Amino acid sequence: MKRVLVACGNGIATSTVVASKIRDYAEEQGVSLSTNQCKLMEVPGKADDYDLIVTTGQFDGSIGTPIVRALSLLTGIGQEETLEEIVGYLK
Amino acid sequence: MSLDLDFSEKNIFIDLEFEQKEEVLAFLTEELTKQGYVQAAFKEAVLEREKVYPTGLPSLGAKIAIPHANHDLVNKTTVAMAVLNKPVTFFSMEDVETPLDIEIVILLAISEPHGQIEMLQRVVSIIQDEKLTRQIVDSKSKTDILEMLKPYFYEPQKQ
Repeated sequence: MKRVLVACGNGIATSTVVASKIRDYAEEQGVSLSTNQCKLMEVPGKADDYDLIVTTGQFDGSIGTPIVRALSLLTGIGQEETLEEIVGYLK
Repeated sequence: MSLDLDFSEKNIFIDLEFEQKEEVLAFLTEELTKQGYVQAAFKEAVLEREKVYPTGLPSLGAKIAIPHANHDLVNKTTVAMAVLNKPVTFFSMEDVETPLDIEIVILLAISEPHGQIEMLQRVVSIIQDEKLTRQIVDSKSKTDILEMLKPYFYEPQKQ
C-alpha cells in the first residue's frame, strides 16, 4: 500500500481536509493508500518513508520524494487535475 | 450527518473597515476570547502563525483567508466570520510572497488535533462556492448571511 504524507503549517487543519479528499478520491479510483499528516517543517525528516508528499503551504526544501502542491483542493480551482496527479503517482 | 457546531449571528461580523490583516485578526480573536471560545493567547498565536504560514486562498469568488492556530489555546470549537467592506491584504498559503485581496476572513478555532474534519470540509465547501461567497460580501445583514450558511453548517450534507 502506498503511503502519502500530507503537510500544512501545523499539520492539523488544512492537511486534514486534503488527506480526506485524497482518500475519498483514491477509493473511487480503486487505489489503495494510507495518509499521515505533519507540519511542513517536519517534511524533510519524514519524506523518505513516503511515496508522495502533498502540501497546502509553501515548501522549499529539497527532498527525494515527489511533491504535489494541493492548494486547489481548498480553492476548488483545478481540483480534479490535482487529484488525478496525486493518484497518478500512486498507481 | 448533521454538524454539532456552535455558530450563530454572534460569530458573524459585517461592515468592517480595516487597513491591515493584523487588525482583522486581533478583532476576531478578541471577540472569540470575550465569548469564551479561546484563551487570550490565541490572538498572538494566530498573528505569529499568519506571518510564517499565511492562510490567504486564491478562491474563485470572494477571496478568503482561514487563519487558525494551536488547538491547545481553544476552549470550544467554533468559527468566526468577518466580512470586510474593503479588501485587506493577506498572503497566499501557497506562496508567502503573493498578496491577495481578502474580502472574507474565516477564523478557525479548533479544539483538538485532527478533529472537526466535517466542520473543516464544510468551510472548504463555502470557500469553493463562488456564488455564495459573492452573496456574503454583498449582503448587509448578519441574519441573511446566517441563512446562507445554514445549509453548510446545520443541515446534513452529502459528502
